Amino acid sequence: MPQEHIEEYLEAIYDIAGREGTAKTTEIAERLKNAPASVTEVFQRMKQKGLVRYESHKGVSLTGKGYKAAIKMKRKHRLLEVFLDKMLHLPSDKVHEQACKMEHTLTDETETALCKTLKGPTECPHGSPIPPCNLEVKNCQECFSEQNLTLEKRDKDIIAITALKHGEKAKIVFVRGGGGVMQRLCDLGLTNGTTISLLREAPMNGPVEICVRGCKLVIGRGIAEKIFVQKT
Amino acid sequence: MKVDLVVALAGNANVGKSSIFNQLTGLGQIIGNWPGKTVEKAEGVLLHHGKHIKIIDLPGIYSLSTYSQEEIVSREYIALEHPDVVVNVVDATSLERNLFFTLQLLEMGTPLVIALNLVDVAKKKGITINEIKLQRLLNAPVVPTIATKGIGVHEIVDAAIEQAAKRSSASKSTIRYGPEIETRIEKLERVLTGVNIGYPLRWTAIKLLEGDSDIVNKVGEKHPDVIVAANILAGEISEIHKEPCSTVISSERYAVAARIVKEVQTFKESEKPSMGELFDELSMHSVWGYVLMFTTMLSILMFMSFFGGWLSEIVRNLFESVNPHMTGFLPDLLWNGGVVGFYATLSVALGFILPFYLILGVLEDSGYLPKIAYLMDRPCHTIGLHGKACIPLLLAFGCNVPACVGCRIMETKRDRFIAIFLSTLVPCSARTVVILGLVGAYVGVQWALLLYIIDFILIFLIGRILNRFLPGKSVGIIMEMPPYRLPSGKVVVKQAWNRFKPFLMTALPLIILGSIIIEAMRITEILYLVSNALSPITVVWLGLPAFTGFLFIFGILRKEAALVLLMTAAGTVDIRSAMSPVQMIVFALVIMIYVPCVATIAALVRETGWKKAGLITLTEVGLAIFIGGIAFRLLNVFM
Ligand SMILES: Nc1nc2c(ncn2[C@@H]2O[C@H](COP(=O)(O)OP(=O)(O)O)[C@@H](O)[C@H]2O)c(=O)[nH]1
Repeated sequence: MPQEHIEEYLEAIYDIAGREGTAKTTEIAERLKNAPASVTEVFQRMKQKGLVRYESHKGVSLTGKGYKAAIKMKRKHRLLEVFLDKMLHLPSDKVHEQACKMEHTLTDETETALCKTLKGPTECPHGSPIPPCNLEVKNCQECFSEQNLTLEKRDKDIIAITALKHGEKAKIVFVRGGGGVMQRLCDLGLTNGTTISLLREAPMNGPVEICVRGCKLVIGRGIAEKIFVQKT
Repeated sequence: MKVDLVVALAGNANVGKSSIFNQLTGLGQIIGNWPGKTVEKAEGVLLHHGKHIKIIDLPGIYSLSTYSQEEIVSREYIALEHPDVVVNVVDATSLERNLFFTLQLLEMGTPLVIALNLVDVAKKKGITINEIKLQRLLNAPVVPTIATKGIGVHEIVDAAIEQAAKRSSASKSTIRYGPEIETRIEKLERVLTGVNIGYPLRWTAIKLLEGDSDIVNKVGEKHPDVIVAANILAGEISEIHKEPCSTVISSERYAVAARIVKEVQTFKESEKPSMGELFDELSMHSVWGYVLMFTTMLSILMFMSFFGGWLSEIVRNLFESVNPHMTGFLPDLLWNGGVVGFYATLSVALGFILPFYLILGVLEDSGYLPKIAYLMDRPCHTIGLHGKACIPLLLAFGCNVPACVGCRIMETKRDRFIAIFLSTLVPCSARTVVILGLVGAYVGVQWALLLYIIDFILIFLIGRILNRFLPGKSVGIIMEMPPYRLPSGKVVVKQAWNRFKPFLMTALPLIILGSIIIEAMRITEILYLVSNALSPITVVWLGLPAFTGFLFIFGILRKEAALVLLMTAAGTVDIRSAMSPVQMIVFALVIMIYVPCVATIAALVRETGWKKAGLITLTEVGLAIFIGGIAFRLLNVFM
């Protein structure tokens, strides 16, 4: 089984089921245009590798390991899309397909270099968020100013504030982007290492309300998606 | 008048600055429980033990690295105008965040008095603060206060006078950063000697290291070499910390603030959620929050419609019962012009405007407005704004003028322009008078509601268009969510009165005068000359009676005047005999959209400049005429 194949599956499961949900075999088969029988075969193999949980009557869902691998692929894919669109000016309908082919051969070093060259984009040309990198940095500036790519990998699972559950507490580890917005967040007490809790979020991808240093703040979705935390 | 001392009130939003200001000066600054309500500085004078003390109320500010326009006002004032003393109003319930700004003030070296406000709320929450310790740690006098009750406010002034007296000997108590930062601040200070931009030296150095764009521009104009040096030093700091220099400095300030809080504050958490939190849960709920919001809006509208209609009727009957029914030029002029003008305005004022201001006061003071901003943030994105824009848009229901000024809470120029444009389309209380008093009262409240809906659709469409064609992208919302507070009856009434007074003083005489003039013109038939000139638009296109032409012109002065003068111009108080339902609806529709009143145009010019103000005004005139004509034709089919 080629690695490439499994990566496609991981992405498909992520797209359909997300972090916690479950995808049906038929849904995956339809998406990847494969026969259900061969799909279940791949699932079994992925299960052996610890990437998914799979039971034939329930469907398939990502394990922690599988999730990490899936968002890694998503990151590479969307970074490539930005690259093809912004730098090479490929027609927008070709971008996705081409990125699909390239993503599997992209090494981690190239991925980091690509992110730096593109000045840390946060969205793909179609507007989907690009997952953050897994380097040991506090924010993008740090990465930009680092000459050699010897940053350590972070092993911890970091997620955007928006991925927290209501009432959950977490520590800020990484704020993406920069400039005035980042400074303002900092000035309102969202400095690195601060513990925050998610109070609630408005429907349809609305803003979130968080509690930080005893105050309540409302933060728009777009900004909140750039604040990454580690659960405590 | 000689002023002995200038004292500026500064601090985060919603900490009670305006409340303290009002207590001290007896003036009527708007108080409200939402961020961004004070966008301009206000001044008042207090006579305290024979001294004339000028008090300045500044807009809320979270950090001297400013983010929105009203914060710049505060920073410029504190840094450049050098008030004798700055009273830093601090919210005792969120000390840490408030101290972050206090530390910045200390850094600037301004003589400082800390007003520890909202101690009553803090106590209820189980927070106690050791003021003596705090005073020692900050090296500045700390005065506990309860602004709404006036407790401690005069002690603030005493402390300020004392602090000003020893100004020269005031010891420089500033926070110290880590050695790697301190050495670089010192280095930069040395480079800076000889460069004077009016700010204190150490503070300028820190701001340069932080890369504050305003200071960088100011210094860079004449001394580009200093900027180069600052960039190198800042680069070194961020190299050490692996973080941009500005956030390193902010983090350090927060670390100091947290340390102080730990030393002075004890906190006993109560188990059961407070009423406020339960109400938070409801009013920000994904479903019930919206239900509550819409029912609140609708009930306000319904209430105003019925109450206003009912009261107008009473006032009219009261006056008509003493109508002497004399005829002739002078009695006509006095009764139809003067008396009818007077009581029509009075009924409008008491029936619609005053109750609305009371309701608005309750909404403002309770802290409900920010919840609306939260709920509406997502929908606002479709028109290129974020949720904070809802606040000026809601205020615009009262009056468009403060709404236009209030749009300064929007962070970018683009957002501000869109918000201002849309604010002028919101039916203000004057337009509500026309809509409810004419259409609501004579055609039916559902038609009045329809007019509102048309207006909202128009706002939405224009928002979309502006969003589409204006370059740039909107930033997201970052807003503090103040807790609910029980509105104080006294504050609400006083506030409503402060808003109502200018109406009585300027609008009432103006409308009565206008009413007499129109009556005179009607009797002498000049009215018809003016009106006939406009009749291609009013009569042919809009299908309205000719006399309305003059009202549209007069309505530019005050829109509620259009309703009052309508009665005069029609020559009868019973408008039904002069206008058909369709005509009433079209008339109200055009009045609603056609042009902001003069006061709003003036505000527009001030906030956006002549060109944009002209653009907004002309667009709205064009739209009103266009939509009015279409409505006339459509309505004739249905009614
Ligand atoms: N309970 C209580 N409420 C206060 C106190 N000071 C201010 N408030 C309320 O806090 C809100 C904000 O006050 P305001 O003066 O407008 O704050 P500003 O934004 O700092 O000018 C208003 O609803 C006030 O009624 C206080 O000491 N105790």
